[in-house]
Amino acid sequence: MGDTWIARKISLSPRVVFPNKILPFLLVAPQLAITLVFFYWPAGQALYQSMLRQDPFGLRTKFVWFANFRKVLADPAYLNSIKVTVVFSLATAIVAMCVALLLAVMAEKAVRGKGLYRTLLIWPYAVAPAIAGMLWLFLFNPSIGSLAYLLRSLGIAWDPLLNGTHAMILLVSAAAWKQISYNFLFFVAGLQAVPKTLIEAAAMDGAGETKRFWTIVFPLLAPTTFFLLVVNTVYALFDTFGIVHAVTGGGPGKTTETLVYKVYNDGFVNLILGDSAAQSVILMAIVIALTAIQFRYVERKVHYG
Amino acid sequence: MATVDLKNVKKVYPSGVEAVKGVSIAIPDKELCVLVGPSGCGKSTLLRMIAGLETISAGTVAIDGKVVNAIGPTERDIAMVFQNYALYPHMKVYDNMAYGLRNRGTPKDEIDSRVRSTAKVLELSALLDRRPRELSGGQRQRVAMGRAIVRNPKVFLFDEPLSNLDAKLRGQMRVEIKNLQRTLGVTSVYVTHDQLEAMTLADILVVMNAGLVEQTGAPLDIYEKPASIFVASFIGAPPMNLLTLTGSSSGPILADGTAIGFAPSETQAATLGFRPEDADVTFNAEALPGALVLPTTVEAVEPVGAESFLHCAAGGSRIVVRVAGRAAAKPGDQLRVVARAEKLHWFDQAGKRVN
Repeated sequence: MGDTWIARKISLSPRVVFPNKILPFLLVAPQLAITLVFFYWPAGQALYQSMLRQDPFGLRTKFVWFANFRKVLADPAYLNSIKVTVVFSLATAIVAMCVALLLAVMAEKAVRGKGLYRTLLIWPYAVAPAIAGMLWLFLFNPSIGSLAYLLRSLGIAWDPLLNGTHAMILLVSAAAWKQISYNFLFFVAGLQAVPKTLIEAAAMDGAGETKRFWTIVFPLLAPTTFFLLVVNTVYALFDTFGIVHAVTGGGPGKTTETLVYKVYNDGFVNLILGDSAAQSVILMAIVIALTAIQFRYVERKVHYG
Repeated sequence: MATVDLKNVKKVYPSGVEAVKGVSIAIPDKELCVLVGPSGCGKSTLLRMIAGLETISAGTVAIDGKVVNAIGPTERDIAMVFQNYALYPHMKVYDNMAYGLRNRGTPKDEIDSRVRSTAKVLELSALLDRRPRELSGGQRQRVAMGRAIVRNPKVFLFDEPLSNLDAKLRGQMRVEIKNLQRTLGVTSVYVTHDQLEAMTLADILVVMNAGLVEQTGAPLDIYEKPASIFVASFIGAPPMNLLTLTGSSSGPILADGTAIGFAPSETQAATLGFRPEDADVTFNAEALPGALVLPTTVEAVEPVGAESFLHCAAGGSRIVVRVAGRAAAKPGDQLRVVARAEKLHWFDQAGKRVN
């Protein structure tokens, strides 16, 4: 995903010429082997499996061409899961980035204890997704959660076990909370890279603090924001399985069943391997398309330096 | 349009470092004041205090008679040209120049006409659609100037604006800045460590050292009558020749024992100075009453073209003498350096001017 990006920067360095023809191939062989064994082979397997139909005991297998895809794409549960994923990913990425940016700006403004704030704000990143999920689950558990109690005393009928919207809010909070630290780190670095004289020049040009932020600082943060947008979307799409699994298990009903969670559920719980494989192939296509779109269209609007 | 008055301005940083130790300068309307001094003398800090980018620890800064200590940079109506230009990299040249006007709610068509007319003056018309990174150093410098001019502020501040340019461009821009400033008639403060820029640009020259003003005045007055050894050695290139004196009953003598033969009337002088161009060299040995005569050995000759500089050993120190055109002397020559008494500068033990 980021490889083309990095390759573009590296290509600026002078070209190295190997005298031996075999050595360069040997040097890249380990990397190639890992990619082949851990990416292309399983991906090929998934592609192959997505065209098979198997009985639950794995005794009979039938090649069905694209029947699995047709079935999956016509399944209302699958279409629901796409909707859930879009809502969940967008909400998580937006919440995580906005809160992180706010915190980074605040931490930059702090006169004393800057380092302490930064350190404390980075800690949540060290928490494993499932643990983070459990933490939020406990806090907002309708029967024992302290924050759930607080919400109820405010007159909100909080119940993520029955209310799908509440479950989604809880999920987004847990997922975003974990990602905020990461985003915060990058935003702090990004803010520090904005030359101080530009802010001063803008101040002398009559721009107040808010105006300075939106007209000077924010546009200059664009490379950071773009990078985080890619990372956060990928995170929300694929790295949140643990949180979904721990907090809601896709429920109530199927209101929080994301695409990744459905792949797991259909494949490993319901043992409909063909459907599950078809879904992961679709997922793979989505990732490729998403990354291509982000790099081709969004990056154009970004000014590096 | 505006006067700038600094009264006993001080800057003490939280770390306890005193960057500016009480500076008073009065800049009349439409004049260009140059603050010059070595790095760390507090000149930039002083400029930033006028701009409102640094808080003022003590004293007052008044613009147009109004004390602005408590007013932020946004409301002071001052424009500044930064050393690194500080152009907004994500904006086109046009937007860079229009930014300040937009922030002040100027009508759109007025912004357009002002930006375009300023661009014309600065020969930037063809570059309005470019971004800063697509411009050369000199062009960026012009945009920075344009951004300041277009707003028609009360005061211009320049923070070493030419130090990132090459020598040729620097000379050209120096003249342009001077012309622009005179045409626009905007009170300006210009900070530099380059004494040539300081001399050529200033209406009022302020020489600073270690957070204090050493001397204020017209550039040529300062050149002709430096108030201290520091000013004497800082203004002028090559710098003034300085010879350490030791007193004796018969009058001052140099470190190597050469007697001067005369001295300024009252005070005991500790240092004697003369400018490289105020001295002459001669191979003759006749006595010259009322002049400083130093027997020297030429150590090096620097031909510059229109003039040559002779580096000589004299009176226990090294001196430089300027001669017009080609120098007749060559390294190793024994000759005499002669400087007329009225061209001599005398300084006391504390480094203050005596005559």
